Amino acid sequence: MAVTQPESPSLELPENVVVSRLDELASWCRKNSLWPMPFATACCGIELMATGAAKHDLSRFGAEVFRFSPRQCDLMIVAGRVVMKMLPVLQRIWQQMHEPKWCISMGACASTGGVFDTYAVVQGIDRFIPVDMYVPGCPPRPEQLIQAIIDLQDKIQAEGTVAGREFNTRQRQDTKRALVECPDNLTLDASRNPNLQRELSNSAINLN
Amino acid sequence: MTNTSEPSTDDAVENAHVSAINAFCGPVESSIYRDQQRVIVPVEKSFDALSMLKDRGFDLFIDVTCVDYLEYRKAKHRYGLVYLLASTINAERLTVRTFVDDPQPTVASVVPLWEAANWLEREVWDLFGIHFTGHPDLRRLVMPEEFTAHPLRKDYPLQGRGERHNFPVITRDHS
Repeated sequence: MAVTQPESPSLELPENVVVSRLDELASWCRKNSLWPMPFATACCGIELMATGAAKHDLSRFGAEVFRFSPRQCDLMIVAGRVVMKMLPVLQRIWQQMHEPKWCISMGACASTGGVFDTYAVVQGIDRFIPVDMYVPGCPPRPEQLIQAIIDLQDKIQAEGTVAGREFNTRQRQDTKRALVECPDNLTLDASRNPNLQRELSNSAINLN
Repeated sequence: MTNTSEPSTDDAVENAHVSAINAFCGPVESSIYRDQQRVIVPVEKSFDALSMLKDRGFDLFIDVTCVDYLEYRKAKHRYGLVYLLASTINAERLTVRTFVDDPQPTVASVVPLWEAANWLEREVWDLFGIHFTGHPDLRRLVMPEEFTAHPLRKDYPLQGRGERHNFPVITRDHS
């Protein structure tokens, strides 16, 4: 937790006292007690279970309390393909969850429909509900899901507010999207990008 | 009921059913493929033929499914229905086929004979649009109720006609 210095240098803090903003404190509590709602419809659900089990142990990040009632959850993990008949259920469950809430789209199928480009399969849940984190993979390894949860925690800490102002408007919602546009100055032209030059020379050395 | 005391004479036993169908609804096409006896019955007599087969010992209804022969070479009919029957008494199996055509593919339901046909016929209705007259509850089985097409027909596009994205969008403002 970030500690801000008191305004007046003359004010002295007693021992064991930390001064912070209430927003920071609330976000700190929220990010370390994410209760996932497992919306597991396919093989990603197996990896989701493995993530919660002993070897990968999601409780190290405070997110091991899988609840099967949406009223008790604040993180929906959609693991697997979602079909036409399931989408109204998904939306209903999402609406039953209390704010503040977040959503992780786990795996290729939940994010894009994956290989199931057929009449019944929704081609990405982000068409119909807001998604905060996308996890690539088919299915993703538990490490990838854990990384997504860590990233989500960072995001909650960075922009969370007590009143949930970060959810309020469309503009704020857009900045919450995990997929940000590539900045204009990011270029693949090696002559103007020293990092890329280094990468290319390294790979050339490896090839030779 | 066929004679079960001669296990080796498969052809005689299978042919007994086929000849019974022959006697019942005129000459029918029949063949043996990989030791499985198949017989094709006319659609207007399919219920009576299946009813007779039930009386002949086929007490177990395995499956009913459908094939769409649109653009299939040398196909005379559009839809082919496949009934798979088995007899737990005589340890026999029989495949009964019948053909139906557009614009109103209709066949008699066999739910009065085998209760197991209930959901199977609902599935065929859902995915192929074959109408089963006499079915007690002919609703869609797997597709959503508001779905209008029959998606396993060959003239239905693989990616659908946009039904999969015909849902309201929920944003952060709604929840």
